[in-house]
Amino acid sequence: MKPELVDILVPNKKDRRHLISLLQQVQYKFGYIPKEAMLAIADFLEIPESTVYGIATFYNLFRFTPLGKHPVKVCMGTACHLAGGKLVLEAMARELDIQVGGITSDQEFSLDRVACVGCCALAPVVVVSDSVYPRMTPPKVEEVLVTVKPVSQEQPEKH
Amino acid sequence: MTFEEIQKQAKSNWDSQYHGKAPHILIGTATCGRAAGALPVVEAFSNELAKRNARAKVTEVGCIGLCSFEPLVTIIKPSSFTVCYNNATPQVVPTLVEGYVLGDDPCLDLALGTLDGGDGKAVYIPELSRFEHEYRLLLRNCGYIDPGNINHYIANGGYSSLAMALQMEPDTIVGEIKKSGLRGRGGAGFPTGRKWQQCREASGQTKYIICNADEGDPGAFMDRVVLESDPQQVIEGMVIAAYAVGSHDGFIYIRAEYPLAIERLQVALEQAKNLGLLGDNILGSGFSFDIEIVEGAGAFVSGESTALMYAIEGRRSMPRARPPHSVKAGLWGKPTVLNNVKTYAYVPLILARGADWFSGIGTEGSKGTAAFALAGKMVNTGLAEVAMGTTLHELIFDIGGGIRSGKKFKAVQIGGPSGGCLPESMLRTAVDFDSLRKAGAIMGSGGVIAMDEDNCMVDTAKFFLDFIQKESCGKCSTCRIGSKQMLDMLEDITVGKGKIEDIDWLVEVGQDISGGSLCGLGRTAPNPALTTIRYFRDEYEAHILEKRCPALVCKELIAYYILPEKCERACEHCVLSCPVKAITTNEKGIKVIDQSKCTKCGSCQLVCPPEYNAVIRLSPPSLVPVSGAKTQE
Repeated sequence: MKPELVDILVPNKKDRRHLISLLQQVQYKFGYIPKEAMLAIADFLEIPESTVYGIATFYNLFRFTPLGKHPVKVCMGTACHLAGGKLVLEAMARELDIQVGGITSDQEFSLDRVACVGCCALAPVVVVSDSVYPRMTPPKVEEVLVTVKPVSQEQPEKH
Repeated sequence: MTFEEIQKQAKSNWDSQYHGKAPHILIGTATCGRAAGALPVVEAFSNELAKRNARAKVTEVGCIGLCSFEPLVTIIKPSSFTVCYNNATPQVVPTLVEGYVLGDDPCLDLALGTLDGGDGKAVYIPELSRFEHEYRLLLRNCGYIDPGNINHYIANGGYSSLAMALQMEPDTIVGEIKKSGLRGRGGAGFPTGRKWQQCREASGQTKYIICNADEGDPGAFMDRVVLESDPQQVIEGMVIAAYAVGSHDGFIYIRAEYPLAIERLQVALEQAKNLGLLGDNILGSGFSFDIEIVEGAGAFVSGESTALMYAIEGRRSMPRARPPHSVKAGLWGKPTVLNNVKTYAYVPLILARGADWFSGIGTEGSKGTAAFALAGKMVNTGLAEVAMGTTLHELIFDIGGGIRSGKKFKAVQIGGPSGGCLPESMLRTAVDFDSLRKAGAIMGSGGVIAMDEDNCMVDTAKFFLDFIQKESCGKCSTCRIGSKQMLDMLEDITVGKGKIEDIDWLVEVGQDISGGSLCGLGRTAPNPALTTIRYFRDEYEAHILEKRCPALVCKELIAYYILPEKCERACEHCVLSCPVKAITTNEKGIKVIDQSKCTKCGSCQLVCPPEYNAVIRLSPPSLVPVSGAKTQE
């Protein structure tokens, strides 16, 4: 078992009902659910591996590939959709040059769509790490990404 | 400590903060406030006050529901009036500290208005016309009290209903809730009292109380605001429910997407426990009840009650057939009461003010108030709470302020993905469980999204079907396969490949899904498509017969075009903004879009300076003048 899992798979969690919460803790710790963790959980709860995999893939929260250092989530809730969220998502994918669900080659950014972050009054919104960026437009996408990760090597044109 | 002692202590804590000698600054830091930049404002206040050695207290409060004015700062000053400042930034903080915290200038030019006093020098906020139409019960404390301080809730009357309830016979409490006419606020509107009674009468020692805080409807955020702004009212309601049905274990199932609500709930539970209002031997009555928070894992279907119980059990949240009903065999097969966040929050109020008072508000079949999240193209986006029976027109125009930017109202989508889109002619519909159902929509969890002329109804229907199709748990083939079929047909229509008979097919498949699915999600899944066909059939026909999207939304059916006579030659905004270098300058200096390269991202239209406004959308794309296309080099 990975040493990091020792703190998660504690005896008072040894009950089938804690399966989802164990997966959540794994994800909080690693940013995704590694295969070894699923196997370890199945072993720990003494349930079939397929059950763990079945639950993990049923719920949208769980992902099976690592998250970028700055996870980008584009809200695709109703209000955001009506305010042009899809164009923002496309601009983000183009700017980062990755698909939804993907991660940049330098592991800095990953891109996901989420159903609703509950900030509908500020639609469309993008969440990068834990910051919410309100009233997004495709041209603003680049600005946001630069604030998150300043381009240090290249001299910005404005200076 | 007796409850009287708890109250006394709470009162003195409240008075020292809200009626003390030092100025008191309230800053709304619920999720929406934070998104608008409230935390840097809090920091700026702390720094500025420390720098000037000023004696003033800063309190983070929840959300008052005026999202479009966030971040909101309220300054309470002893012996002067209370002023509320909107859209605050760290830059205005020194002015406010200098002007009103330390000085006597209320800086009214930066203010939204006053909350008490003001002598007519500024807008008196409670008299804003929108509040004439509102009736705030659940939201009464939101944005005013500190959600992280239980004393504030108690000082404003909190937990006195629980203290009273513990002296009452459980049957009397159930009777009061029945008499009040309270119906579940999760959407379906089942009578709460009846649910409690059935659970109370069910056999078995172990019973469970569950609070459904899995607010999954995109566009709805009332539950989040209630939990982030005044969580104790929900906890108090749950404890009363537990006492009434005889339960000792409670769960709050909440979306993991609401981290701040979870954090504030955890604090609230701990504080309630410390005061003996939760846990063992509550207020010395011998009755014990504890609450555990269970975080959701992002499945929309988990909001369905039987599915939610499976999720708590650590299983796939797939709805099951009923009977047996949850009140007889729910969580782990035990009798269970499951109610929405708002339903529990009404309970203390009903006991405090009486069932007759509550049933005096609202309509014949729907009692009390309803909280709505106003979003979309309205001026005043945010929260509103109105008496049941208020019309959609009042909600959208009198409270919501109508449609932004002088655009024309087209439709309102109410009830989330399972709700319907209603046109202008239906705006006289009253918001209550029965009237909305009759109109083809549902109350749902309370999201109200206004759409204007720039929104395409076919695209909207496709959006909801896409959501439902992804969220369908897959148990019923009608929902699993039917939603995919409907989505494919809508996809075809939006790209110009639709056939006219598709419209009737959509209706037929939709009816099959409604009739053949087990749970509410499946049964209501076709609503957005069915209501848009019912009320906006002409838009479907335009897409199919003319390959034209009247709202200029559907990408395959539109083209961007730069009007040569409006294009300001020296300006390069659009050229620089285009991510695919599709815009070039022709021999006359005018910008031209190469349609074969254009990805229709809309950047050029957004950056074209408003004084030129040269970029337009045309539908169908064949409207683009050929000469324009040919001038490209």
